[in-house]
Amino acid sequence: MSAAELTRFHAHEMAARLRAGDISSRELTDAHLTLAERQDHGLHAWLSVDRERALEEAETADLRIAAARGEGGGALEALHPLLGVPVALKDLVSVRGGRCTAGSRILEGYRAPYDAHITERLRDVGAVILGKTNMDEFAMGSSTEHSAFGPTANPWDLGRVPGGSSGGSAAAVAAYHAPLGIGTDTGGSIRQPAALTGTVGMKPTYGRVSRYGIVAFASSLDQVGPFARDARDAAALLHAIAGRDERDSTSSPVPVPDHLLHLPSSDDEAAGVLRGKRLGLPREYFVAGMEPGVEARVREAVAALEAAGAIVEDVSLPHTDYGLATYYIVAPAEASANLARYDGIRYGPRLGDGRDVLADYLATRGRGFGAEVKRRVMLGTYALSAGYYDAFYLKAQKVRTLIKADFDALWAEGIDALVAPTSPTVAFRFGARMADPVAMYLSDACTLPVNMAGLPGISVPAGLSDGLPVGLQLIGAPWSEASLLELSRGYEAITAASDWRALEPADLARLDDPATASPPGV
Amino acid sequence: MATLSRADVEHVAHLARLGLSDDEIALLEGQLNHILDQYAILTKLETDHIAPTAQTIELENILREDVARPSLPVEDVLANAADHDGDFVVVPAILGERD
Repeated sequence: MSAAELTRFHAHEMAARLRAGDISSRELTDAHLTLAERQDHGLHAWLSVDRERALEEAETADLRIAAARGEGGGALEALHPLLGVPVALKDLVSVRGGRCTAGSRILEGYRAPYDAHITERLRDVGAVILGKTNMDEFAMGSSTEHSAFGPTANPWDLGRVPGGSSGGSAAAVAAYHAPLGIGTDTGGSIRQPAALTGTVGMKPTYGRVSRYGIVAFASSLDQVGPFARDARDAAALLHAIAGRDERDSTSSPVPVPDHLLHLPSSDDEAAGVLRGKRLGLPREYFVAGMEPGVEARVREAVAALEAAGAIVEDVSLPHTDYGLATYYIVAPAEASANLARYDGIRYGPRLGDGRDVLADYLATRGRGFGAEVKRRVMLGTYALSAGYYDAFYLKAQKVRTLIKADFDALWAEGIDALVAPTSPTVAFRFGARMADPVAMYLSDACTLPVNMAGLPGISVPAGLSDGLPVGLQLIGAPWSEASLLELSRGYEAITAASDWRALEPADLARLDDPATASPPGV
Repeated sequence: MATLSRADVEHVAHLARLGLSDDEIALLEGQLNHILDQYAILTKLETDHIAPTAQTIELENILREDVARPSLPVEDVLANAADHDGDFVVVPAILGERD
């Protein structure tokens, strides 16, 4: 089977072929590594690829599959669907002995001395870790342009950003460098890049996935979640990583439903789930600044869901307009505390001369952090400083209560999920929002209230506007991931015959051309 | 709400232990004030009787068994330090000499 065929399979198709013995994890892994190595000069999705370790993991997976086949009696069917399937990790997930830069110079040269909880879980189920993907520094940004190592390009148009902060994982999955990716989402950093690259990306309920071993940004908001090319694959990856871990005391004991592994494979069955579901259309999410093409695709998606039997209702989330200001107090405040640990003493380069501790801190942090991280650390330090705490941080936490109450009222009314745009715009050009931080922050206006309320949200592809992907966002009550994924699967089923479903990212062919330029600054 | 002066920016940079150039301070003064302007919307909301939300899921009193477990290997941890001596991380002196 050719490398092009191997990399285009969805993860569940890979799982079926691995069990059937049609393909091996080694050849599957090698095909993805080879594609990533050949094309990454133009995409820059990866910060490190570990071919040797990945192939070892693939061989181990092949042995496990062979052993199950030898055992018989349903042992093959009992294997986790991720066994032998390649995964891309955002470069803030610790893999023992590997690099973990979080997109920052201040972690250059750092080697993780232990595995993150999700790395252990992925090893347990037998997934193959290909490498680590690019991101905005410390996950602060919406374009990957704030990576200290230069931005990632969007496979749909190499002159545009893939979104961020998990833009490397999103671009890798969109360009078939990996069928699955891991991201983190503090204000939209999984869902927004998923929307901009035409992939599926889910931010689970706060507490659903352990953050042990993952570089912290804003601890009351951060969640880990999956990227995939369809809802079933996203569900399988979520199933592998979710669940209680006592090393992260915010991870929840709420059971992870095995149902996640059994989303319907038949389109008829999947579409049937939509009948009678009550979907809320929050009017505040359809406002000024949204591109007409984005609004048109989202309205068409809503019409399709309604035609399939869903009940669509206009609803209101009256405190939506306060989300941006609230988020940009809470997240920087928490970040300023979390990033205090980067002092150049225990890890990372020390950029002072080692004679005076204060001078070393100022030099290490002043030169080790990039512009956006410094901006947010400054904002957060100010918001928490003496005399301003009540006016900023406490005020924002109170408004957070109101934002959460808006959502709670809708769940109490019996709304099953909210339907909204993920991003108000399609992918923008490199540089378009770099001079104005507030313009960049507005990229996440439709996603960050979901983090403020701790809710699960998912972005699924809903067609194109001017040749660029548009994302449809579904938002649910706490712990309703399985229901959101079922709805997403239903939406895939009712749009399976749409022309846009058959389209591949327009600039894939350019990635094969060695003359294609790298993204600016790489 | 509030406006940051250049002296305020320098003070906050010191609190945050960020060594900034004059150009960075000048740029941040403008950018931070523009961002603070966005916060003004919050003053329109009456919140005196609203309880703050610090976390969104209702977990309380998370405890674990008090059992000793192996720590990370010392050599792996020290390998990341800028400077070390035996099993110790070397840091600049933080106490001056007594006169």
